[in-house]
Amino acid sequence: MPALMRLAVVLFATGLATAALAASADGFKAAYAKAEAAENQAGALKNQWTTTEAELKAAKKAADAGNFNDAIKHAQQAEALANASIAQAKEQATAWKNAVVR
Amino acid sequence: MRRAVSLALALFCLAAPPASAADTVNPKADFKAFRDYFTKRFPNVPLNDFVNGPYSMDAELRKQWVEIDAFPPYQFALDKGKQMFDTPFPNGKTYGDCFPNKGIGIRQNYPFFDAKSGEVITLDVALNQCRQANGEEPFDYTKDDMAALTAYMAYTSRGKLFDIKIPNDRRALAAYQKGEEYFYTRRGQLNFSCASCHVQSPGDHIRTEVLAPALGIVAALPIYRSEWGGMGTTSRRLITCNSQVRGVPLKPEDELYRDVEYYLSYMSNGLPISGPGARP
Ligand code: HEC
Repeated sequence: MPALMRLAVVLFATGLATAALAASADGFKAAYAKAEAAENQAGALKNQWTTTEAELKAAKKAADAGNFNDAIKHAQQAEALANASIAQAKEQATAWKNAVVR
Repeated sequence: MRRAVSLALALFCLAAPPASAADTVNPKADFKAFRDYFTKRFPNVPLNDFVNGPYSMDAELRKQWVEIDAFPPYQFALDKGKQMFDTPFPNGKTYGDCFPNKGIGIRQNYPFFDAKSGEVITLDVALNQCRQANGEEPFDYTKDDMAALTAYMAYTSRGKLFDIKIPNDRRALAAYQKGEEYFYTRRGQLNFSCASCHVQSPGDHIRTEVLAPALGIVAALPIYRSEWGGMGTTSRRLITCNSQVRGVPLKPEDELYRDVEYYLSYMSNGLPISGPGARP
């Protein structure tokens, strides 16, 4: 009985772990896809930031190491940076004219 | 319904920015304003000295330069460039055959607007076109072979005055304006434009460097930099400038890099070629 119980506990724990793992891996994939889409949009505007690229790389690296919490954080940071670079490009599309030497 | 349409129209007209001088492309007016800005801001810098970049801004640096130039660090690139330039391709033709005046003393006419392709052609691009027309692989735009060839061609053009033409062609004007836009557009996480550094802050120190003024800024290319331990082409310089503000650089000789070189070269019209340059 104790042996059975131990087995049950182990099985239960593994089940939890894989569930958490699956959620994290999926969560990472979703977060990374969003970040990548934003960065591609910045690329179309020829206005990517090196810091966005660095966060994307860090996200991949953390995910490869199975560290999905960190990976998701990096992906979210990359998305925020990419969105800021898109906003910058849109604002500058007209604002540059105010800076021209006249 | 009709009222709604006219209301929408009225709103649209209100929202549309007024067509002002700022919206029309006028290279001649830009040129005058640009030159006036720098000559008024730096009244003690002789006009032809702007082509010496940071040295025109800083007396201390200038002293170092005189010493550097006694044994120019770009000499090896000049020698290599001349040798490459004079060596025929396997088909017997040379680089000189691709260019007006056999390629000697013509740097001041680049970049030019090419009506056939509808694009701006820089000297670096023209050199690779020449190679490909003669069955050779193009050179990397950021590396030493390209730097050596352009160094030699600049050297044979020293003292010749920039003479950049913007033909009366919608596409040429569009390329010019794209270059102007690229120059004044803030980018990178640091939110700097080329103008933030080279118009707002020439003479200021960034780490160990002194910022060059935008007037005449392309005249000394390509450039030897001690910091690089070697020569840098135009592409290498622009890539470095983009990276400094945490912007992902464009591809070497990207259309926008060519356009911004076109814009800056036109702004330098009448100033002498000083390349190749040497920087600390
Ligand atoms: C953060 C400031 C900064 C920004 C923004 C910047 N540069 Fe520079 N640039 C430098 C520094 C530093 C150097 C090296 C010192 C010098 O020569 O000015 C330099 C050098 C150059 C040179 C060579 C000048 C010479 O005579 O040695 C060129 C050409 C140039 N920049 C063009 C550009 C263009 C075009 C842009 C916009 C795409 C740009 N720079 C944006 C800092 C900047």
